[in-house]
Amino acid sequence: MMNRTPTPRTGTIRTDLQLIADMVVPSSRVLDIGCGDGTLLSYLVHFKGVDGRGIELSPAGVSEAVAHGLAVIQGDAESVVADYPSDAFDYVILSRLLPAIFDVRPMLAELLRIGRNAVVSFPNFAYWRLRAQLLVNGRAPHSHILDSPWYSTQNIRLVTIADFLALASELGVHVERAVLIGRDGRVRRVARPGWFDNLRAEQAVFLISRD
Amino acid sequence: MSSATGGTVRTGVTTSAAPLTANPPGQRTVLGRDAPLRLASGATIGPFNVAWQTYGTLDATRSNAILVCHALTGDQFAAEPHPVTGRPGWWDLAIGPGRPIDTDRYFVICANVLGGCMGTTGPREIDPAIGEPYGLTFPVITIGDMVAAQKLLIDALGIERLFCVLGGSMGAMQVLEWAARYPERVFAACAIAGAARHSAQNIAFHEVGRQAIMADPDWCAGEYFRHGKRPARGLAVARMAAHITYLSDRALHRKFGRSLQDRQAVTFGFDADFQVESYLRHQGSTFVERFDANSYLYITRAMDYFDLAQDRGDGVLANAFKASPVRFCVVSFTSDWLFPTVESRTIVHALNAAAAAVSFVEIETDAGHDAFLLDEPEFFRVLSGFLGGAAELAGIARRTVA
Repeated sequence: MMNRTPTPRTGTIRTDLQLIADMVVPSSRVLDIGCGDGTLLSYLVHFKGVDGRGIELSPAGVSEAVAHGLAVIQGDAESVVADYPSDAFDYVILSRLLPAIFDVRPMLAELLRIGRNAVVSFPNFAYWRLRAQLLVNGRAPHSHILDSPWYSTQNIRLVTIADFLALASELGVHVERAVLIGRDGRVRRVARPGWFDNLRAEQAVFLISRD
Repeated sequence: MSSATGGTVRTGVTTSAAPLTANPPGQRTVLGRDAPLRLASGATIGPFNVAWQTYGTLDATRSNAILVCHALTGDQFAAEPHPVTGRPGWWDLAIGPGRPIDTDRYFVICANVLGGCMGTTGPREIDPAIGEPYGLTFPVITIGDMVAAQKLLIDALGIERLFCVLGGSMGAMQVLEWAARYPERVFAACAIAGAARHSAQNIAFHEVGRQAIMADPDWCAGEYFRHGKRPARGLAVARMAAHITYLSDRALHRKFGRSLQDRQAVTFGFDADFQVESYLRHQGSTFVERFDANSYLYITRAMDYFDLAQDRGDGVLANAFKASPVRFCVVSFTSDWLFPTVESRTIVHALNAAAAAVSFVEIETDAGHDAFLLDEPEFFRVLSGFLGGAAELAGIARRTVA
């Protein structure tokens, strides 16, 4: 599940969300797809002065976000994105939602149609601890991020950093920046993640744009 | 209540010729005195009255006004006891100090729609030109005409920009019309259980209601006021049919099931054996005490004609909201089959295409269309949250200093 920590609307947000926020230029137009209860969006609106919109599937998340004054609509991201005109946003954010997208390729194309840039974050399935779980226990890996069992997880696309880079290059998407989060939230910025990064990073945040 | 009656609806008011409320208490403003209002039909009207009520206090900069638009059979008495029925206002649950539409913070205006029968000029009112009620000589009006009349009232009140226009059902239609027509006069807009056009199914239901009224011999071709009559039976049937559409199968089942009314077994007759029948008869008979039959014809017609894409967007709804600065909130209810969620999604789709700021929530409830009038905590949370967020952006103080 894509649960967001229901933090109060203060200046402190989860590390991966903070890294996403750091990639967003102040006062820009932002769409957060799968915005949950609006934690990140709220931060962006209040601390970066963005014109923020959100899409969220869960009614509870939408209620919470709207009740905090955010412009969030309820709906399935994959069908709703088609509603927006091209270049409607400076940044389209897909935070931890990529593994739950059914049709990934058109979705990535849509992100960069409606937005000039996209910020995509996901848990890295090639993280060494996950690899070890599969290798040693022979069971579907789980972690504090991938916390649902195999039979009920929303994460149907078990994507790794290497996979994402390969798809990006296949789609002609430009990878502007990558930020990797290791164990205990250690953050590393790299020009282009390599083999060892794919092993060591638990999460990745990519800033991508049209080529 | 109706256990001793036969198959007809006994209202006790069928032969009463007295006006429903010749002069409801409250505010009334004469508009269109200098220049008459030109209606969508091409006809003009003016001068005409608009009856309105307010709750809360208008702040010094006149920036905290919320216009609440009422539904088909509502009126301006939104948050106070109704002068005719004595019952609480139709949106008493939502409007008041500390309520979702917080009158400690906002100044709420609610006006009876053009064509209505609670003090705003409508078919029941006297046509100054001939000195007797308009009846069917009253021009056919549209949702756009209602909004144009409201705008004249807002002008007269000296309010440059409404903080929010808000309403459910037909009220939502007015909200959308306001936002499309006067975007610079509206900061936020909240359309609840509404649609950007009236569906074929809904036009069909309205036609049933109108036919019921017109089939009542006491309707007298719309001139019942001349004959000292009122088509109470026809109007009651119209209300009964409409009332079913405001509920849901589950809500009816939950409320009544197949329970019998004050009896142990069915009577093998056409008396109101079932509680649901008795309930509907009661709805019908109380309605005719406060509503004018011709008004019902005119207002249902206005809803039928509503098609915002056609009227304001050359067939494309998004065009009606192009470059709109208005912040929108659209709300629907899962069990509403009169104005189903798909209608709200159409609005949201268009607003997204127009790159407008929009929130949309579908509230889970089994209460049907009427859910917007009930105590739905999730809905109220969204409503007050949306208003609070918008108020912060609009710079409206938390509490109005009287």
